[in-house]
Amino acid sequence: MTGTLAAIGAGLAVIGAGLGIGRIGGSAMDAIARQPEAAGKIQTAMIIAAALIEGAALFAIVVAMMGN
Amino acid sequence: MSVRILVAVTTFFIGTAFFNAGTYLFGQEDPHEEHSSEGTETGSHDEEFNAPEYILDHIADSHEWHLLTKKDGHHVAVPLPVILYSKHSGFHLFLSSKIAHGHSYEGFQMGHGSIRVENKKGETVEKSLKGKIIEVDAHGELVEAGLPLDFSITKNVFMMLLSVIILLWVFLSLARSYKKMGVSEPKGLAGFIEPVIVFIEEDVAIPNIGEEKYARFMPYLLTVFFFILLNNLLGLIPIFPFGANVTGNIAVTMVLALCTFFITQFSSSKGHWQHIFATPGVPKPLLLIMIPVEIIGLFTKPFALMIRLFANITAGHIVVLSLISMIFIFKSVFVAVPSLAMVLFMDFIELLVAFLQAYIFTLLSALFIGMAMPEHHHD
Repeated sequence: MTGTLAAIGAGLAVIGAGLGIGRIGGSAMDAIARQPEAAGKIQTAMIIAAALIEGAALFAIVVAMMGN
Repeated sequence: MSVRILVAVTTFFIGTAFFNAGTYLFGQEDPHEEHSSEGTETGSHDEEFNAPEYILDHIADSHEWHLLTKKDGHHVAVPLPVILYSKHSGFHLFLSSKIAHGHSYEGFQMGHGSIRVENKKGETVEKSLKGKIIEVDAHGELVEAGLPLDFSITKNVFMMLLSVIILLWVFLSLARSYKKMGVSEPKGLAGFIEPVIVFIEEDVAIPNIGEEKYARFMPYLLTVFFFILLNNLLGLIPIFPFGANVTGNIAVTMVLALCTFFITQFSSSKGHWQHIFATPGVPKPLLLIMIPVEIIGLFTKPFALMIRLFANITAGHIVVLSLISMIFIFKSVFVAVPSLAMVLFMDFIELLVAFLQAYIFTLLSALFIGMAMPEHHHD
C-alpha cells in the first residue's frame, strides 16, 4: 500500500514539473519567435529555469521513494 | 557526412540492443535441465523471469563483471580485484572469482539476506547485506567486528579508471600537438574537442562567472564536463569494458556535487556571506526567516546537482532495460521487434541526455560559482 502511495506522490510531483517545464518551453518558443537573434541567451535561461524546476520535482520523487 | 554518422550510430545501437537481449537469452531457456556441476548457481533459472531484480542488478555496482549466463547455468564473468580491510584480520587482496557463486575465501563471502542491527537511537533496523562482502568465522557466523572496509576495484571503479585513462590520453596528446603546431586550424580529434572547449569558455564560464575571474575555474568546469560526458556515453555501450552505470551511481554524483559545493564556498566573496546573513534591503524581522532559508539554499543546490545527474542517467538505463525485459515477460519473439525499435529510440534520447546532463551540470556549477562571487556594480 505504501508503495502505491509513493508512486502516486511521485506521479503528482511529475505532473507539477511537467506543467512548469512545459510553460517555460512554450514561453521560450514565443520569445525566440519574437526575437530570433536572442535565441542563444533565451535557451540558456530556459535550461537553467527548467533545471531548477526539475530539481524541485526530483526532491519530491526522492521523498516519495524514501517514504516507500 | 552527418547522414553517414547517423547510419553508423543506428547500426551500432541495433547491434548492441540485440547483444543486450542476447546476454539474457542464453540463460532463459531450458528450465528443466538438471544442474549437477558444482560451482554453478542453481535454482535461480527455474523461476519466473523477475524483471525488477534483473534491472536493478544491471544498474547496480558489483564486484565482478557479469557478461552472460550460459544455458547450463554457468555464469561467465570477468573477475575484478577485491581489496578489503578488516579490523579482525587486516588487509586482503584477491580476485572476485574466489568468492563467486557462494564460495568462501579467507573467511569472506558475498552477503545475502539481511541482518538486524541497532542504530544510534537504539532501535533495531534491518540492514541489507546484498552486494556486500561479509566476513564469517569457522562456524559460519558473522564476525563481531562488523563489515570489512571495501576498497575493491569494482565495476564502476574500473570504469572510472578506464575513462580517466581515455581522458588523459586524449587531452595530453592534444596538448602536445598544440604545443608543437601552435594554434592553427584544428584537425582530427581537435576538430571535435576544440569547439566544445570554446563553447564551455564563451557560453558557460564567461557569462556566468565574469570576464575577469572565469579563467581560474575553467580547468574544473572542463574536467567535470568531459568526465560526465564520457562516462554517460560509455555507459550506453553494453559491450564488455564499457557499460557500467558510473554517472548513475549516487556516490559518484555526490562527490562531483561536493566538489562544486566546496569550490563555490572557498572561492566566494564577502558579498556572498553578506547576502546570506544580512541580506541587503531586507527588514530586520524578516531576517529570522531569510537566514535559515538562505542556509538551506546553500545545501540544496549541490543536492539537486547530485540527484539530477543520478536520476536522469539511472532512469534512462531503467527504461532501456525495461523495454528489453518486455521480450522475456511476454516470452515472444514478436514482442522483440517493437521492443528493440523502442530501445533504439531510447538510445538516441539517451545520447541527447548524455550531452545535456553534462552541459547542465557544468552550467549550473558555473552559475553557482558565479553567484557566490557577486560583482559590486549591480546592487
